[in-house]
Amino acid sequence: MTTLRVRIRQSLAILKGLAVTFRYLFRPPVTVRYPEVKRAAVQPRFKGRHWLTLYADGMERCVGCELCVIVCPSQAIYVRAAENTPEHQVSKGERYATDFQINELRCIFCGFCEEACPTGAIVLGREYELASFSRDAMIYTKPMLTEPYPGASGRDPQREV
Amino acid sequence: MAVTPPPERGTLVSRARSPAEATEADLRALESNILTTTVDRVVSWARRNSLWPAQFGLACCAIEMIATAQARFDIARFGSEAFRASPRQADLMIVSGRVSQKMAPVVKHIYEQMLDPKWVIAMGDCASCGGVFNNYALVQGVDKLIPVDVYVAGCPPRPEALLYGFLKLQELIAQPGRRRR
Repeated sequence: MTTLRVRIRQSLAILKGLAVTFRYLFRPPVTVRYPEVKRAAVQPRFKGRHWLTLYADGMERCVGCELCVIVCPSQAIYVRAAENTPEHQVSKGERYATDFQINELRCIFCGFCEEACPTGAIVLGREYELASFSRDAMIYTKPMLTEPYPGASGRDPQREV
Repeated sequence: MAVTPPPERGTLVSRARSPAEATEADLRALESNILTTTVDRVVSWARRNSLWPAQFGLACCAIEMIATAQARFDIARFGSEAFRASPRQADLMIVSGRVSQKMAPVVKHIYEQMLDPKWVIAMGDCASCGGVFNNYALVQGVDKLIPVDVYVAGCPPRPEALLYGFLKLQELIAQPGRRRR
């Protein structure tokens, strides 16, 4: 009699366990099918690759002050500045960056450069797909960093800073 | 009879428009090329769809690597769920984290224990180039020790970023010309 009761209890336990399994069978999978489907949106604070933003009139925001270079904890930024001239006005300040390089492999995406920038030129974007076959390819130069048109990085080109 | 140099491997250029027009050289090129290229393609398909990573983690990037293997990102979709504890059974080494000077010989040892063909992903900034730790304690990039195929940026990279690097590696394996070996 006792053994029968034990058997019944054990069978019920198995069914109980299998019920959990079957319940999961009919739930949608949690997997994000990454290359085809991406997670809807990254967090608003997410920091991805950098962009050098432009004013709405197409002028560069970067004034070549090199504050981002100073603040960068991993020394990933290189800026070479030059003077603006009336014939060759690139930014709205006295100087502009002739060369601007960011080593995306060095960068730890802390966003200090974005905080330090007095004109809001450098912003960290949404893109996180950064991989390459060589180290050199991950040093982004100024043409790669400058947004293709004002507002392309997702930041309002009319903003103050 | 003039000796014609053997055709370059992988190039099969024939001007023949029908089998009757095929010259001796065309047939020789066919014989020397078609079987090996096809096998090569099948082998690389098999290799890139069952890359087994070595199971070890060095630092915080390893947490993201573990997350990549879990249900949400599920690296098993690409045939890499079998993280092998023995380097001898692994094809892929994901260097996930900073490599300290003390760890360097161990990492090199793991790489040397792996059997050919083997690939390396330097995951994250520290493994790729030292990242923020530009100091005496760390090896400035694991490529100082072992050859690296794909560098993934991020500190740490999101699981998606690692998968992106992984897909790039699969791309690399698919192209025989661009492979290291």
